[in-house]
Amino acid sequence: MLRDTWLMTVKDLRIELTSRVVMAQILPFGLLILILFGLAISPDLVVVGEARRPVIEEIAPGLFWLTVLLSALMALGRAFALEADDGNLDALRMAGLDPAGVFLGKALAVTVQLVAVETVLGFGAFVVFGAPVARPGLLAATVLLATVGITLAGTLYAALAAGLRVRDTLVPLLVLPVLAPVLLGATQASRDALFADPGVPGWSWAGLLAVFSLLYLGVGMLAFGPLLEES
Amino acid sequence: MSTTEAAPTGTDPADEPVAVAPVNPPHTGSVATRRLGLAAIVLLALTLLFALVISPPEANQRDAVRLFYIHLPAIAVMYVAFLITAVGSIMYLRKGSVYWDLLAGAAAELGVLFCSFVLVTGSLWGKPTWGVYWQWDPRLTSTTVLFVMYLGYLAVRRLELPPDVRSRRAAVLGIVSFGNVFIVHYSVQWWRGLHQGQTLGVDTKMDGLMLFSFFIGLVAFLTLAAWLLIHRFRVAWLAREVEQMGLAQALAERRAETDATGLVGRSR
Repeated sequence: MLRDTWLMTVKDLRIELTSRVVMAQILPFGLLILILFGLAISPDLVVVGEARRPVIEEIAPGLFWLTVLLSALMALGRAFALEADDGNLDALRMAGLDPAGVFLGKALAVTVQLVAVETVLGFGAFVVFGAPVARPGLLAATVLLATVGITLAGTLYAALAAGLRVRDTLVPLLVLPVLAPVLLGATQASRDALFADPGVPGWSWAGLLAVFSLLYLGVGMLAFGPLLEES
Repeated sequence: MSTTEAAPTGTDPADEPVAVAPVNPPHTGSVATRRLGLAAIVLLALTLLFALVISPPEANQRDAVRLFYIHLPAIAVMYVAFLITAVGSIMYLRKGSVYWDLLAGAAAELGVLFCSFVLVTGSLWGKPTWGVYWQWDPRLTSTTVLFVMYLGYLAVRRLELPPDVRSRRAAVLGIVSFGNVFIVHYSVQWWRGLHQGQTLGVDTKMDGLMLFSFFIGLVAFLTLAAWLLIHRFRVAWLAREVEQMGLAQALAERRAETDATGLVGRSR
């Protein structure tokens, strides 16, 4: 199974290296969304209260994670668009690959790409929104756990609609409600990581992200078999 | 009913219609469900009577409390329906029986219907109690996410796929969605709990008559739900039969066509 995982991951990353769809299209899309948030929410608004931070800095964690979610949707769509043509998923099954390995491989490839996107987006958000980073360790853990959660759950749901004409409209409807807890957890943990917010238990929220990831790791490995079996 | 016996002898079997329409068109009612429906109507009328007339206004919420007599039963029906969807999905994956699949689908539609009812009555209750229709109340927020999640499930059930592939995907989704109900609910509750101290509930004391009104509402809604579920299941079953009948008919027509043009067995 681990060998199959590795094969799938390497295959998808090789395709990305030659096609550069994620780096040349999805990453600029994410950066654009960050800028558009700035336009939609005036940078001049200031939070009333003791913090006296600009509103955009105050809500930077939420905006960042929303941007990541939208970029992740596109990356997941791309990951399964690769398999849509010529019955590729059937071919993977017939090649004797373990369904759980296919699941983990696709999720791992998207995770690697998404972490790369998030790193650049994170620097972008740091520059554009100007938020400090009080706890870098917590921030790194949050990014990693949230990304794994997003890709594991996302891969499972994207496979439901793989190869269908309605894929582009169906996957967001399926994935976004499921990822609502991840958005919550990642935003809260990032708030603590950036502002050292005393009212927010950042590590507990990171724990929630870890539990979510573990759950979807198990569910995805179990469910991918029935999903890949056509007719 | 045997079609081969009824057909006149000596004709070519290919001329015979493959699917014969029954004399009495099938319908979804039966004696038992008519009685069940009648019981539902009577119980709903009783619910209205107790909720609006007989039960007293509550000390804190006054007349707004009357919404609870339909709001809480709707919540109960919603969770039962989603539970049936999950159980039906598990059984479908284990047994492969189409009955379980149709039951899961029928229950999900019922759940979505009552979920929307829960959201509407909840908002209507929120206006006089909180002053606004929408609050970031944990239950309201998580129920809304739940609503959208099951709309996604219904969308998967309508995918253009071979029936068994579609059923299997829907079954996987039906199981995972039920687990998600808890994750979403728990995380949202935690989020609001941290930020607002506690949920925006209003203390409600229910005395005997109010409890009884609620109980009548619960029985009425469960009866109504059972009636709806049985009929939705039967409609789904008939729709599936028609789909297959249509396929058999199309095959028969094609066969008759090739026979008429005499192309069978001739090389072209």
